[in-house]
Amino acid sequence: MAVIINDKTKILVQGMTGNQGQFHTGQMLAYGSKIVGGISPGKGGQSVQGVPVYDSVEQAMQAEPADASVIFIPARFVKESALEAMEAGIKTLVIITEHVPLHDALDIMAYAEKKGVQIVGPNTYGLISPGQCKIGIMPNRIFLPGAIGVVARSGTLSYEIVFQLTQAGIGQSSVVGLGGDRVVGLSFIDVLQKFEADPETKGVVLVGEIGGNAEEEAAQYIKSMTKPVVAFLAGKSAPPGKRMGHAGAIIERGKGTFASKVEALTAAGVKVASLPWEVSDLIKAAL
Amino acid sequence: MKLFEYMAKEIFRANGIPVPRGQMFEKPEGVADWVKAVGPVAVKSQILSGGRGKAGGIKFASTPEEGMAKAQELLAMELKGLRVDKILVEEKIVIDQEIYLAITVDGARRKPILIASRAGGMEIEQVPEEQLIKRLIDVSIGLQPYAAREIVRRLGLEGDLAKEAVDVILKLYQIFRTYDAELVEINPLVVSQGRILAADGKMTLDDEASFRFKDVPQVEERTAVEKRAHDLGISYVELDGEIGVMANGAGITMATLDLIQAFGSSPRNFMDAGGGSSTEATAGALKILLSTDPKALLINIFGGITRCDDVARAFVQVKESMGINIPVVIRLVGTNEELGIAILREHGIESFKKIDEAVAKVVALANGEGA
Repeated sequence: MAVIINDKTKILVQGMTGNQGQFHTGQMLAYGSKIVGGISPGKGGQSVQGVPVYDSVEQAMQAEPADASVIFIPARFVKESALEAMEAGIKTLVIITEHVPLHDALDIMAYAEKKGVQIVGPNTYGLISPGQCKIGIMPNRIFLPGAIGVVARSGTLSYEIVFQLTQAGIGQSSVVGLGGDRVVGLSFIDVLQKFEADPETKGVVLVGEIGGNAEEEAAQYIKSMTKPVVAFLAGKSAPPGKRMGHAGAIIERGKGTFASKVEALTAAGVKVASLPWEVSDLIKAAL
Repeated sequence: MKLFEYMAKEIFRANGIPVPRGQMFEKPEGVADWVKAVGPVAVKSQILSGGRGKAGGIKFASTPEEGMAKAQELLAMELKGLRVDKILVEEKIVIDQEIYLAITVDGARRKPILIASRAGGMEIEQVPEEQLIKRLIDVSIGLQPYAAREIVRRLGLEGDLAKEAVDVILKLYQIFRTYDAELVEINPLVVSQGRILAADGKMTLDDEASFRFKDVPQVEERTAVEKRAHDLGISYVELDGEIGVMANGAGITMATLDLIQAFGSSPRNFMDAGGGSSTEATAGALKILLSTDPKALLINIFGGITRCDDVARAFVQVKESMGINIPVVIRLVGTNEELGIAILREHGIESFKKIDEAVAKVVALANGEGA
């Protein structure tokens, strides 16, 4: 078992004929993900890595219905692509693209709410259920199937943590990147609820960072969870008012500080690792 | 991108939100004539920072001579570390009541949120939660007049003032959407002798949407170094510590800075150089780091799909062509990491697989130990 995606998930790739689209289509196929079609307007009839390319999501869905779609499209066209996928009936949408305008993200989320679509991202590396399915851009070899759910706001930092778990022999049920933007689809709480309900997941690692109050809200939910949660947070040394790479990683008006997140999580019974390499020992001890 | 008050007010005026009569000046010349035309004025320094009034950045003048003098005074000032090079000279207004009004984005709810309060004129952080009126907005229907009327009712405005306030709220939402704003704020919105006026204006526009508003003047908030990095597509923030840092990914870069601090030194910068391994990109990034004169450099690369030997070769090439003479420590993980580390060591660059070893080493080197 796993959350959100598994070995049966059928996937479309929007922007498949672009550089990123082609490369990561190959990587996802190599991991065993079931990619059933690609979309590039005007390039229908071509194929990438043996996968048929269509002109529209609607056309692709008629050829073979898919459960999920992943977007590798330049930022200014992401909104249209996302709306297209949702109107065509896609229920899980992964938006890899970074630099999506904030108001476009607002429009995408409003439509997703209406259509009952779960969105991962924007500005995410995607998600993976190790050994079953990968939708995203993370390196294939750092994951190990297992019982720990990982949910993170940032990409390479979660690679770091996941790789460490893998090296310690601790496998993962699913790893979900929420995305680094101010407005993203799935939240920590959404994914924590899925991990709590998933019989295969025995514990959760949460990788957060400064800015916003997503970690504080997650802490409220964690109080009601039966499974242990370990956290690592980045940004302890970040000065206020500076945007640390991610649009969402900024301490504004005294909100979103490292201290406030540690305090909220600790109060909810979460063990917060002060150094990244402590995570695997902490989760081992918590199981 | 933050806009200056005068720019926000120009946008307000162009979109039908009433603002006091005012004009922006970069020199004191002309201020006297303007005061002659409008009467008593407020002379307001234009800086991208709050708390301007308390810091002495707003002066009042009732005669042309006084206006000229205050303009000279403010234009020679430095406020909160920022040089004042623009002032807004506005008709002085009678304030009967002050209201707070803003629209921003509630990230957790994924929706715009309107915030209003009868406690206008003060910093919104100081206003107790129970005095704030908050309303989430569904972008698919927008902000409807009934919602604006409800907010105005709760603000306690009646009659013509209520109608004017509803109009301001609806127009503010239009501006928020049209200009891709992260924040539009009027603090205070004043009731002045039976009319409503935006006495201050703040707007922050979304940089990612800048391709949609080419006619809005650009305001540069970045330092010179930050701007150079931005032009290279590198995410960079200037800090004031000792060790120059380059990493790939925002989260891992932040965590690297935290580690440097935990190990007893301090970072000179935040630099997320992305995932590339080209010599050109590496050289550009290193040039920026060296220009800030750090005591040592730490480069933390989680290779992911990138091959570590490619990264190593790029660094060696750049180091040799640039003649770097401060200690450099590299941490490399990912495909072909052993090969990458071997290449670096051959060329005298300290390299590690483990981040803790790399950070300990660079901190020691920066402190002049164990070279």
